[in-house]
Amino acid sequence: MHEITDSDHRPALLQAIGLGFARNDEPIFGPLDFALHAGEVVLMEGDNGAGKTTLLRVLSGLLAPTSGEIRLHGAPLRLADLSPQVALLSHQGGLKHDLTALENLRFAAGLHGQRKGISPHSALAAVGLDGYGEVLVRQLSAGQKKRVALARVLLAPVGLWLLDEPYANLDRGGIELVNRLLERHAHDGGAALITSHGAYAYTSGTPRRIALRAQAATGAVR
Amino acid sequence: MKPGGTAGACAALVRRDLTLVWRRRGDALNPILFALMVVALFPLALGPEPEQLRRIAAGIVFVALLLAGLLALDTLFRSDYEDGSLEQLVLSPHPLALLLACKIAVHWLTTALPLIAVAPLLGEMLHLPVAVRGVLLLALLLATPLLSLLGAVCVALTVGMHRSGMLLALLVLPLYVPVLIFGAGACNAAQAGLPFLAPLLWLAAALVLALVLAPLACAAALRISIS
Amino acid sequence: MNILTLWFHKLGSPPTFYRLAGLLLPWCYGIGLLLGLVALYSGLVLAPRDYQQGDAYRIIFVHVPAAWMSLFAYAFMAANAFIALVWHIKLSEILAMASAPVGAAFTFIALVTGALWGKPMWGTWWTWDARLTSELVLLFLYLGVIGLNAAIEDRRQAARAAGFLALIGVVNLPIVHFSVTWWNTLHQGSTIRLMGPSKIDAAMAWPLLLMALATHIWFFGSVLMRARIALLQLEGGKDWVRKVALDEGAAGG
Repeated sequence: MHEITDSDHRPALLQAIGLGFARNDEPIFGPLDFALHAGEVVLMEGDNGAGKTTLLRVLSGLLAPTSGEIRLHGAPLRLADLSPQVALLSHQGGLKHDLTALENLRFAAGLHGQRKGISPHSALAAVGLDGYGEVLVRQLSAGQKKRVALARVLLAPVGLWLLDEPYANLDRGGIELVNRLLERHAHDGGAALITSHGAYAYTSGTPRRIALRAQAATGAVR
Repeated sequence: MKPGGTAGACAALVRRDLTLVWRRRGDALNPILFALMVVALFPLALGPEPEQLRRIAAGIVFVALLLAGLLALDTLFRSDYEDGSLEQLVLSPHPLALLLACKIAVHWLTTALPLIAVAPLLGEMLHLPVAVRGVLLLALLLATPLLSLLGAVCVALTVGMHRSGMLLALLVLPLYVPVLIFGAGACNAAQAGLPFLAPLLWLAAALVLALVLAPLACAAALRISIS
Repeated sequence: MNILTLWFHKLGSPPTFYRLAGLLLPWCYGIGLLLGLVALYSGLVLAPRDYQQGDAYRIIFVHVPAAWMSLFAYAFMAANAFIALVWHIKLSEILAMASAPVGAAFTFIALVTGALWGKPMWGTWWTWDARLTSELVLLFLYLGVIGLNAAIEDRRQAARAAGFLALIGVVNLPIVHFSVTWWNTLHQGSTIRLMGPSKIDAAMAWPLLLMALATHIWFFGSVLMRARIALLQLEGGKDWVRKVALDEGAAGG
């Protein structure tokens, strides 16, 4: 176990207790128990169909869990309280293709608020897209779109990142960028839960891993 | 930390949606063309006698605008759902109902208002008496926001579906019946020289009610259908 | 826990409901059919002729109970949809969705028999009267609920969405009725007015009430039947369903 002992004394940033979700009464994942502490990046691994995306949607507050509960800073919470505290990067990215990268980020800042000390401009620079601000998103490549979506996450004033396949579509430089961003976020006291089907992974340090198995009734936590 | 707060978020949303409409301004003409063509079909089907057309003009204009609005409804949440920005909207710290109200307002401004602007022209095509034109415009100004609000609730229920067009019509049209009756009824009453204020007031009352309740219902419906 | 809550809780559990509904089902269908036949016989044969309408009025014994049922089924559906949306009770979702097609069928019967009655009485199949128009809108609402329920893949999500629509319909229906009434007064000259309810003879009244009772019981039979099947489909993977399948398979030989 590599966990720092003092993190066990503080309430976890996010804690799932017996968390499960079922569709048409067939379990998609869970029941699942895990905790995510500040300063931690947890990698969730699982094959296609293991319920990774659904788990992130439950944790973000988009879906109501079928069983179990989610605690934030040790307190049980309602779904409505959850969503303002997390930033979700989903498959679709949530970008408007008819807007420029900067317009998208400005809108995100207006909707979700803006982290101290960062602006749409600097967020775009941080993901290596300096100079692409005035380009329509539809003219960007898939990898560049992913970077803009990451800039949106970076911009949000939240402690918890839920990133669904952040490495997909990215080149080697992009993968390193994601790792750098995650490291910095963890260093600043944030936490992140990222999914990956295993091809690429968060490599700095030894991240804790949660394995989700397809249609399994249990999710093992190491 | 919410710079700008809820008002800022609404403003950002309105600005974004207006920009998006502007970038695709060619599409904005489609409902108008549709309404023009529907209205043009009636003289072709019924014959060109002005007397006959005049009698049913207000009703036809109303139905044509209602159908054009129905076709335009689909665009309300479709692209937001597909590119994932709808879930970002749901995840924002601001009341979803308020954000949806903003979206509906922009949608009404960009689809229904241009239709109302061409309504006098449509009336002219059917020899609508000039005296009724004012009542028609007033009725449309009260009825179309109501149609947008009611329609938005049904769109929210069908948002995740492919090919939801026919189903959407089935859900929406029963809700549109009273609006149509009062709206077109006011015009017909005015044309017959009867008092027309009461139905307009009923429409106004329903609009006030819908302005408060429909965004809440829309938010609840949306939460059901994105789950 | 209070006995009543406990009872509700137990009844709401799918296996218990399935078993109980299975016990009730033959009685619902049996009594419904029996009462219906008695009511039909006494209505069509025993009841006196109407001095004004002759024998044509006898369609009332089908038409009026069907029209009542169309509203009753909607109320039942909406009440269950409300419970399902507020307390997330699975059984209520199933009951709400099970009553939609039955209610739609009663509405359709009411409309068709109404048209058949209207032709000899008013000389027209259809008139845009408030009651007729509302009944037509009611049919559309039912079809919308059924369509929405069928279009969404996840059964529980479908039931919630369709239930939400059913609740909107509860608000809509009185407004439609009111608006058409207003509209009719505007057009008074050109439309045919429904005649007011005439004083009904006791010999005509009791078959009517009997028929209403029969349709209610039959309705519950149909809903229970549909709910049982929907429950089996929804809970297909559960142990109790496997047991039911094995038991019934064994009983069937």
